[in-house]
Order: sequence, then structure tokens, then C-alpha cells
Amino acid sequence: MLRRNLARFAIAALVAALAATPAAADWSLLNLPRGVSELSREIYGLHMLMLSICTTIAVVTFGAMTVALLRFRKSQGAVADTSLVHDSRLELVWTVIPVLILVGMAVPAVARILHIEDMSGSELTIKVTGYQWQWHYEYLGRDVAFFSRLARSSDFARQPGSGIDPATVENYLLDVDRPLVVPTGTKVRLLLTANDVIHAWWVPQFGMKRDAIPGFINEMWFRIDADRPGTYRGQCAELCGADHGFMPIVVVAKSPAEFVAWLEQQRATLARPE
Amino acid sequence: MVEAAVAMDHAGHAAPARGLTRWLTSTNHKDIGTLYLVFALVMFLVGGAMALLIRAELHAPGLQLVNPGFYNQILTVHALLMVFGAVMPATVGLANWMIPLQIGAADMALPRLNLFSFWLLFFASVLLTSTLFLPGGAPAAGWTLYPPLVLQSGSAFPVAIFSIHLMGASSIMGAINVIVTVLNMRTPGMTLLKMPLFCWAWLITAYLLIAVMPVFAGSVTMLLTDYFLATSFFNPAGGGDPVLYQHVFWFFGHPEVYIMILPAFGIVSEIIPTFARKPIFGYDSMVYAIASIAFLSFIVWAHHMFTVGMPVAGQLFFMMATMLIAVPTGVKVFNWTATLWRGSISFEPPMLFALAFLFLFTLGGLSGLMMAIAPVDLQYHDSYFIVAHFHYVLVPGAVFAIIAGVYYWLPKWTGHQYSVRLGQWHFWLTAISVNVMFFPQHFLGLAGMPRRIPDYATPFADWNAVSTIGSFVFGFAQLLFVWLVWRCARGGERATAQVWDGAHGLEWTVPSPPPYHTFATPPELR
Ligand code: HEM
Ligand SMILES: [Cu+2]
Ligand SMILES: [Cu+2]
Repeated sequence: MLRRNLARFAIAALVAALAATPAAADWSLLNLPRGVSELSREIYGLHMLMLSICTTIAVVTFGAMTVALLRFRKSQGAVADTSLVHDSRLELVWTVIPVLILVGMAVPAVARILHIEDMSGSELTIKVTGYQWQWHYEYLGRDVAFFSRLARSSDFARQPGSGIDPATVENYLLDVDRPLVVPTGTKVRLLLTANDVIHAWWVPQFGMKRDAIPGFINEMWFRIDADRPGTYRGQCAELCGADHGFMPIVVVAKSPAEFVAWLEQQRATLARPE
Repeated sequence: MVEAAVAMDHAGHAAPARGLTRWLTSTNHKDIGTLYLVFALVMFLVGGAMALLIRAELHAPGLQLVNPGFYNQILTVHALLMVFGAVMPATVGLANWMIPLQIGAADMALPRLNLFSFWLLFFASVLLTSTLFLPGGAPAAGWTLYPPLVLQSGSAFPVAIFSIHLMGASSIMGAINVIVTVLNMRTPGMTLLKMPLFCWAWLITAYLLIAVMPVFAGSVTMLLTDYFLATSFFNPAGGGDPVLYQHVFWFFGHPEVYIMILPAFGIVSEIIPTFARKPIFGYDSMVYAIASIAFLSFIVWAHHMFTVGMPVAGQLFFMMATMLIAVPTGVKVFNWTATLWRGSISFEPPMLFALAFLFLFTLGGLSGLMMAIAPVDLQYHDSYFIVAHFHYVLVPGAVFAIIAGVYYWLPKWTGHQYSVRLGQWHFWLTAISVNVMFFPQHFLGLAGMPRRIPDYATPFADWNAVSTIGSFVFGFAQLLFVWLVWRCARGGERATAQVWDGAHGLEWTVPSPPPYHTFATPPELR
């Protein structure tokens, strides 16, 4: 009786699960993006290396467990070998092999860290300040600065009871009123800080995130591939209060010539920065 | 001397008091164990209800149920209650019930302290939950309570901090009790290296608790003085450093995650041998592995902080130290597997949960290893990938082990065998739904969804919907468990003293249910 009811419940749950899955599923969003910068590709490569090592480890250990569970079942008449309680050689093997694997993982990781932390040779520096809840960008030495906040369309739609279906809003929660504009093929350095609480600046396509901490200045850099101009989106990654989910980052990458033109135009139309 | 004190304490009331008085005043380790376990179960359901509210809000893009400020509050209280109200008390409850039975002691060494720590915890949890309804609301900065954000909390802030102090005090007392009991009250002949692994795991956990709970208490006290007395420990405007808090917090926080998982290791190390009908493989290396994990857990804390802008040397050190933890963790996993090897395995509910632990904890450990790699953690950090990681190690890790322990010892406690069929249903629904709930969160994190947000961009919609469905199946499946435990406590087929044919150890030599006082004279070790 109970069993039948449970079975019915399980089937009902399964049906509900399938029905609730949106029809237009985008199942491609499964992995880290390869990204559009020098660092993001390196990090992606390292991620894939770690993923494949860990998957291999998983296959081997889960395989051994599964074989044990299939072969040594009491219901199949397996009799326990109670003398198998210790084997120094085996134990040494499964201590040493993991150490070797770890060394193999650490070597490329160290190289990547050194590259990420190498801030030298940057050609453009932008100061990024986190506010509750918007970003402020200042092109150091270029007389251009502005705030960047959630686009109005998203802001309307996200209000509780707005009646607006987020699916109808373009780039819902990933759009801003004024994007950050940077040149492609150029080493851009960001100086990050915050005005109130800790925020974090993250654009997955650049492979990097870094905290923006009040009272401190953090650094990060990226160089967008020369052949990859475009619009790249990200979000604040450190919980910074009620509207933490609503302070996106949008970066428009232009060719260096277009970037210079854009900068000129900004200088002409903007009041000088405060 | 310790024994004498215990004997005196119980001289007056050999039989349990009646009714409510028993549960309010009992210093009996079995009663207190039951109190802890029931309390933990209630908190698991309360914290679980909050989690379902969170998942319901995240079912689809847009804000449907809660406003963002309240979302952050329930997120914070959910985590704190699950850690300090559900997982830790459940392991303390198991320790109370089982350590004396496993080492042949009459009771815990310090019964009154035991009673006190339970009630401290009880009122602390009530206080913490009450902040949700107080003016200003609960803290909303996440369970990590990072300043400066947490200093924006409303007027209920000191209540939350006070509740954390009380929980810390309670944990420290519980830990002292475990250490004193394990070190002094083992039955003659039970040397430390003959002790059941559950006792070993708890002994080491207790040392971790004593080492780090005061650090946590100190750091939240500094928050309190920053809040009220304008000290500037963490306020840059006054020369303070918000990152300092993170260092101090994680010096507590990383050992804390092992405080939750080491007892789980202990439980699983009891169950797998019983149902493989074979002693644990590599007992000594199991003990050394726990000890080295505990040691390493003190020197890896900054792996939670790879994005704060640490110097290269710091990043390298914390990355490598963290990777090292994988070695003793691997030893444990391989030893469990070797225990299965050439065994005679059967699949009763405790074993099912222990095996799911074995697979899924390992999965969480592997994602942990990926996040230990500092350069890639710059992508994973604060995304749903880490939400997936820590839920894997905590839910099918710590929580499954606790459930396995309850299934394992429940017939001993109640004297009744439960419905194995119902237990299997509970297992399969739980084990499948936990993966439906948490596995897609790896994808969400890799695709770029930050953690701790109440609303998200539309490309993340599908996996969030899947995860929410998993969470509701998971949540309701736990009601089966509650029902099963309730029925088993009320009656059922009589359980034998040994309960499981493969079970060995002192706890299986006393009748099921054990008399109110066991081992008045230390038992002989076979
Ligand atoms: C092989 C073992 C493990 C390794 C290498 C590992 C590594 C890590 C790393 C590097 C992080 C930080 C990720 C980030 O914030 O970017 C992390 C987070 C976390 N881990 Fe693990 N971990 C392991 C096992 C465990 C276990 C056993 C538990 C608990 C039972 C656990 C619980 C957590 C929690 C709760 C967090 C998130 C804390 C937060 O930010 O709220 N981990 N782990
Ligand atoms: Cu934020
Ligand atoms: Cu950690």
C-alpha cells in the first residue's frame, strides 16, 4: 500500500519536474567560458586540465568502489576475507601517487599565478570604485569618469510585482546605463577599491575577478584579443547588501583607434570629473 | 575520581524522572543525546524550510516571493542554523549517546556541564532565529559576517552576536566533555589505538573546537565593538582592515568545516565495516589521516580569500597547503574502498547512506581540489560552483553520514527495528534529489552565476529550475525520515542486542534499548 503510494508520488514528481523545465532550454551553459583574453584562455586551459585530472581520479576511484559493490555482495554469496585489514605497500602507493599528481597540478598553477600577478607594461589604467550599488570608472590621466548602474529596463522589470516578464527584457540584469569602454589588444590595468563595503569585479570572459575593498587598492589586468571587439558582461561577485544582485558590469571592447575616438568624444561631452 | 563523581551524581535517581522534568533536568548522557538529536532534527527542518524559500525564489528569474534584503537575511540564518543548529548538534548528540557506550563508560565525564551546554545551545538558536522577527532584522551579510557590510545590520545585530557567543560557549563545553570522557573513562584495556574510530574522530574534533571557537568569538566581539564603541578593527576610515576580519574568520572557518566532517568520517568508519562484515582497512592510517587533516586545517584558511589581493608568496603557500589536504583525505577514501574489497556487503539503510557518502563526499572533495588551484579559483570564487562544492561535502557528506548514523544506531536506542522498506525509499529519493539539486549548480557557477543573489539573468533559468525541483523533492523526502524515526520510537519489531549481524564493539553488547544506566562497572574488552 505504502509502496504503491510512494511509487505514485515519485512518478508525479518526475512528471512535475519535466513539465516545469522550460521548453527553450539552453543546455550549452555547462562549462567555464574560454574567454576573450590572454589570461582567460590560460585559466580555461588550467581549468580543463584540473577537470580532466579530477574526472580521471573520479572514474578510477568510483570504478573501484563500484566493482567492489558488485563483486562482493552478500546476496551473491560473497564471504568476507577478514584478514585483509592492512597492506603497507598498498597504503604507501596511494599516498605517494596523489602527491605526484598534486605536484603535476601545482607546476602549471604556479606559472599562471605569476603571470596573473605581473602588472608591468600596462598601457591604460582605470580606477574602479564599488558603491552600493553601482560602479564608478575613472580613466586615470584621461579626464574621463562616470558611474555605471543597472539599466532602467532591468530595474523596472526586477521590482517585485512589476508584471514584466524578465524573458522579454534584453540582457535582463546584465545591462547597464553606461558601459566601461576599453581598447582591444591593449594591457588594461584596473585599480579596484570601494566606497562603502566590499564588492568584487568579475567578467567571466576575462577570466578574472578581484575584490574591491574600501580603504585598499587592488590591482588586476586583462588584455582582450585584438580580433575580439564586442560587449562582455559580468556581475558584482561579493555580497554587498540588498542590491548585490543588481550591479552588473558591462565592458565594450573597441579597436584602439575607435577607443581613442570614443575617449575624445567623452571628454567633449562630459563635464570634467568631480 | 571522575567515575566517583559520576556515581555520586546518579546515586539519587537511578530511574529516569517522569515527564517534562526528565527532559529539562536530566544529566543522563542518553537523554541529553536524544535532546541534541531531536533538536538538531527540528533545526534541520527549520533551516530546510528557509532553504526551500530560497530555492522557490530562485525557481525563475524575477523577484516573486521575497525582497532582496529579506533574501539575504534568510540566506544568512539558513546557513548559521544548519551549521550551528543542525549539523554540529547532531554530531554532539551522537557523541553523547555513543561515546560512553563505545568506550564502556557509565556516562559522560561531566554530566552537568553536558546539560548546561545543551540548554545554552537551545536558547542561542532561539535567539538567533528570533532576529528574523526583531526590528532591523537578522544579519544579512552571509554566514561569514564580513565587515563592513555586517556593520550595516539593524538593531538586532547584538542579539545575533550574543547568540553566536552562546553557541560557541556551548560547543567548547561539549568539546571539553568529550576530551575528558575519552581520555579518562575508557574501559581497562582499551588503549587509544583500540578505540572505535568514531571516538577518535570526535576526540580530534573536540580539540579543533577548543582551538577555534574562541577565535570566532573574538572576531565577532571585535565586530561588536566596531559597531557600538567605534573601535576600528575592521574600519579603514579609522585605520582598520576589513581583510583582517577575513583572515581571523577563516582561521576559525576552515577548521570549522572539518569540525562538521570529521565526526562524519567517524560514523562512516563504523558503518562500512559492519555491512562489509570485515574490520576497517588500515585502522592506524585512518587515525593518522584524521590527525593530519586536523593539523593541515589550521594552515589553509586563506584559500577562501584568493581574490582579496594576497601577495604571490601567500597565494602559493595557501594553494599548496590546501592541495596537501587531498592526500590524507584520499587515504581515507581508499581505505574505505579497501574495506569493501573482498567483503560480504549488504545494503541496509545505514549502509546505503554511508555508500552515498563515500561517492558524493569524494565528488565534493574533487571540486575542492579544483578550487584549491588559486588561478582558477579566481573564476570559481563566489560563484555557484563553490555553492555546489560545499553543499556536496556538507549534505551528501556530513548530513548523509549523520542520517546513516541514526539508521545504524536507532534500533539500539529505541529497541525497535524500523521499516527497512521505508528507509530505502527515503534513501533513493534523497540520494537522487540531492544530485538534481546540487549538481547543476556546478554548471551555473562555471557559466558565471554569482552566489548570494536573489534574482539572476535569464540564461541561468533552466538549471535553477532543475535545482529547485530537486530541492523540493529532497525537502519532502525528509518527512519520510521523520515519520520513520517517530514510528520506530513508538514501537516495532524487537531489536536484538547486536542488531546487525556484522556489528562489533561494546555498544552492541548491551541490550536494545540499553538500560538507563549502562556499564556501572567497566566491561571486559574481548
Ligand atoms: C579535499 C578537501 C577540500 C578542499 C581541497 C577544499 C577546498 C575549498 C576551497 C579552496 C574553498 C574556497 C573556494 C572559494 O571561496 O573560492 C572551499 C570552500 C568551502 N568548503 Fe571546501 N574543501 C575541501 C573539503 C571541504 C569539506 C570536507 C567541507 C565541509 C564539510 C568543506 C566546506 C566548505 C565550505 C562551507 C566552503 C565555503 C565557505 C563559504 O565561502 O561560505 N570543504 N573549499
Ligand atoms: Cu555585490
Ligand atoms: Cu576551507
